Amino acid sequence: MAKILNVRNLKKTYTSGSKALTVLDDISFDIEEGDTFAIVGPSGSGKTTLLGLCAGLDQPDFGTIELCGSELSAMDEDERALLRNNNVGFIFQDFQLLSTLTALENVSVPLELQGAKNAGAKAKELLGKVGLADRMHHYPSQLSGGEQQRVALARAFSNGPSILFADEPTGNLDEETGQKVVQLLFDLNQEAGTTLVIVTHDLDLAKRNQHILRLKGGKIMANESTIPL
Amino acid sequence: MSKTSKNTTKAGFSWLLKMAWRDGKASGRRLMLFMASIILGIAAVVSIQSFSENLKQNITLQSKALMGADYLIDSDQLPNERVQGIIDSLGGAEGMEVKFVSMAAFSKGKATKLVQVRGIEGDFPIYGKLETEPASAAKEYHNAEGALVDATVMLQFDLQLGDSVKIGELTFPIIGSLKSAPGSTAISASIAPPIIIPYRFIENTGLLQKGSRVGYNYYFRVDATTDLEKIYKEIDPVLDVENADMDTHTQTSQRLGRRYENVGKFMNLVAFIALLLGCVGIASSVHIYIKEKLRAVAVLKCIGATRKQTFSIYLIQIAGMGLLGGLLGTFAGVSLQQLFPFILQDFLPFEVQITLSAQPILLGLLLGVFMSVLFALSPLLGTWYVSPLQVLRIQEVDNTKSRKASILVLIVILLFIFLFSLWLLENWKIALAFVMGILVTFSILSGIATLFMKGIKKYFPTSWGFIARQSLLNLFRPNNQTMVLILAIGVGTFLISTLYFTKDILLAKTALDNSEQKANIILLDVQTHQKDAVLNSITLKGLPVIDNIPIVTMRVHSIKGRPVNDMRLDTLTTINKWILYHEFRATYRGALIATETLTEGNWVPEVTTNEKPYPISLSDNVARDAQVVIGDSMVFNVQGVLMETVVGSIREVDWSRMQMNFSIIFPKGVLENAPQFNVLSTNVPNERASAELQQELVRKFPNVSIIDLRQVITIIESILDKISWAINFMAFFSILTGIIVLIGSVRNSKYQRIKESVLLRTIGARSRQILKITALEYLYLGVLGSGIGILLSLFGSQLLAVFVFKTPFVPTMEPFLILLPGITLLVLVIGLVNSRSVISSPPLQVLRKEVR
Repeated sequence: MAKILNVRNLKKTYTSGSKALTVLDDISFDIEEGDTFAIVGPSGSGKTTLLGLCAGLDQPDFGTIELCGSELSAMDEDERALLRNNNVGFIFQDFQLLSTLTALENVSVPLELQGAKNAGAKAKELLGKVGLADRMHHYPSQLSGGEQQRVALARAFSNGPSILFADEPTGNLDEETGQKVVQLLFDLNQEAGTTLVIVTHDLDLAKRNQHILRLKGGKIMANESTIPL
Repeated sequence: MSKTSKNTTKAGFSWLLKMAWRDGKASGRRLMLFMASIILGIAAVVSIQSFSENLKQNITLQSKALMGADYLIDSDQLPNERVQGIIDSLGGAEGMEVKFVSMAAFSKGKATKLVQVRGIEGDFPIYGKLETEPASAAKEYHNAEGALVDATVMLQFDLQLGDSVKIGELTFPIIGSLKSAPGSTAISASIAPPIIIPYRFIENTGLLQKGSRVGYNYYFRVDATTDLEKIYKEIDPVLDVENADMDTHTQTSQRLGRRYENVGKFMNLVAFIALLLGCVGIASSVHIYIKEKLRAVAVLKCIGATRKQTFSIYLIQIAGMGLLGGLLGTFAGVSLQQLFPFILQDFLPFEVQITLSAQPILLGLLLGVFMSVLFALSPLLGTWYVSPLQVLRIQEVDNTKSRKASILVLIVILLFIFLFSLWLLENWKIALAFVMGILVTFSILSGIATLFMKGIKKYFPTSWGFIARQSLLNLFRPNNQTMVLILAIGVGTFLISTLYFTKDILLAKTALDNSEQKANIILLDVQTHQKDAVLNSITLKGLPVIDNIPIVTMRVHSIKGRPVNDMRLDTLTTINKWILYHEFRATYRGALIATETLTEGNWVPEVTTNEKPYPISLSDNVARDAQVVIGDSMVFNVQGVLMETVVGSIREVDWSRMQMNFSIIFPKGVLENAPQFNVLSTNVPNERASAELQQELVRKFPNVSIIDLRQVITIIESILDKISWAINFMAFFSILTGIIVLIGSVRNSKYQRIKESVLLRTIGARSRQILKITALEYLYLGVLGSGIGILLSLFGSQLLAVFVFKTPFVPTMEPFLILLPGITLLVLVIGLVNSRSVISSPPLQVLRKEVR
């Protein structure tokens, strides 16, 4: 299989006051197309930073990231935005829906950015798939947490991404709702054949993935496969 | 593998519009109030601009009716042979009038009043009309041998048609009430209202005596093809030599236009300040609005929108809001200008027909969009620099680039304000001073706000109670509204109190001292043979004679040996022309008076020998305009006798004081035997004594004009009241805009504070406690903002008093006693009313409602 994400010798340091804090150090790994990949580790281990770098939301101090065949550090911010629009989907812990847009409009935006002509119809179809056909004209504040995350799921898949990044997708949900959302995520992922990268604390969720990358103190502790040989 | 190779998304402008609309319709109501401030600002500018345009058009259209003729020849004496020759050569005047100020006595109630007598002959006005009640009186007064009396005077003295008015030696029946006439303005009419009588009776009134200030006007009609400018160029220089003058209707309308242009410019500036205040509101609201949107911008960037796209979405929103504000403001402004003729009717010598003109409408629309975008640009730039990483973690934005951009935007804003002021004022120095003034005011207010916040932070009273501490904390916590509120309150209060103080200064200059030493009745044109009898009338009533000033009329004959007749024809002479043509009213006395200060030379009180030239004293403005210094010779023509003089001293004169002042003063012992008349003055204790004296003097000496200074003061006060009403009307826009900015800022701060208040309530704070915290916060802001505004205006008014009005300024306490508590209360009420929903609703409901 072809590599969709190729990370080499990644290093990221943040400066807080006069102190430099190395968040990620010498990180290298690959993800193949269609894989499901979990990044786990304790708080402060650098999971979210790694996700942000891999998705082109930030720039590393050292090392290279190749996403969907494009070298991210060679691109400017707008080129990376374009790459994300065409190839990347996101799910966040706190949903990150646009509060002034309805559920339908939230799901339509990535499609509209692509210039898709049937954005509305496609968005409705996706909202139907996540069970929100009757709530598509509601604003995020009129939806429960689980409903909001399902809208976020529909949005993440709306642009037909090659890779989907999920940052603690169940972190803000109760256990039951969380499980439903995760099931929906894996179902949709399987149907679309998307590569899935999940950052999570939840080891059970991590184990549902084909690979688990364990981080601690900004370093890779293990990069293991969950698929029996 | 990557599905893209192009560098842009496919979403075009229509998507940007769609996004702007979607986002705007859900959150635009937060900006509604600020759109209201733009509407008010634009309405103020458009209404004034439209009215100025209309005024200009009306003046041009009605120029003939304003003068009553195509052109006129005027002189302060009956035309000599040469002038009469010119009048005849022009085909003769169609109408003529003589006008002078005199006393009139009305049969009813034995009232007397200083009036302007207009003796008219022939077809005047040629254009326009005398508006009278009944209308037929305008035509009949010639044959009916009656008088047309100013309508206000008719009302004032309860006069009816058929009552009589005595002018000089003659008594006329009143056959009409005069509402308006070409050549009379409401302002001049309030001091000496006009009375029109047929010219043929003027001689018999006996009022045209030596020293009387008389004006003769000859009115002409030309056909449409005549080149008036050509006639003017040929004839005016010849008339000048003969102490006469030619005025065309276009010149008069241009002069009039310029006069109203100045008023218009001032009004425009006040309107512009309202607009700027609105823009401060826009900037502050967009600042907070965008701050709330940064997360959404990061999400949009995260899912693939470019910097340009996210920036454009909010730019379109703001521009749309500006356009809508501009449209509504323009509509309001155009409607509002219909009110101006009523507001300014006392200042306008004609009726203004209001029509729609394109320029102000276009200006309103453009200003709405441009000002909104310009003032929103700095906060809008925030969307450009926000990182998509914000969706994952709160990140400090790199301020270096955005700060540079903000400085650039600030420079563009200042440049725009300067260019707009320059366009309004047509004087770069004043425009620059205006921009500097705004900059200084805003800097002082924002500087004090910053110092205040830092001060509280540094010296925070930790020992205070919970409520007092919380309210103080709100003033410097992140997202506080201290700066915006202090600016809005400060500028608003500054404007109101400056208007108040300026009116105080102007009125103080005209105030009369009530002591017996100060004259409050002045008698003009007392002839030499009447002097003793008039003095007798005064003293017999037990009144003091305060001044007895002899006046001798004269013209300049030569300056430093060069005859003025030569200089009049010399186009290169730099001597101010009025010196060469003016009939001076000089006096003689032995001492300086209180309004005079000797600046150069020696004061000579008296000459005892007949040695010429005689040393005279000039006022500094005459010395400057005549370009003479101490020792220079001047020859005066004193009614046919040439009088050689030398400039012995130069005086600075305070002309603004209610006092008879003179440009030229001779020493005693020179002019005693010259033909002269006198000005006498006395002090009357009350209105009744004044009326009795006036009635007696008018009866015995009809040619003597009596000025009751107390009445003049009342008239000046009422004129100032009218002016300040017009100014207040415009300032109202600024104040209303300020209040709307205030409400908007308070509402914005509500959005900022709402979560904290709800949290406080959730953890057990009672509504009363939150109410007290809010009330105290706005109390601090109200007191500070209005206090600084008043102090700044005190300082500004002091500068105005010293440099513009040149008078001492003693501030009154009213602004401190009325404005400070009044505005503070207003801020408090607005703050509490806006926080009501937070206090009266359950926390969860508020959270759900407000965050949407």
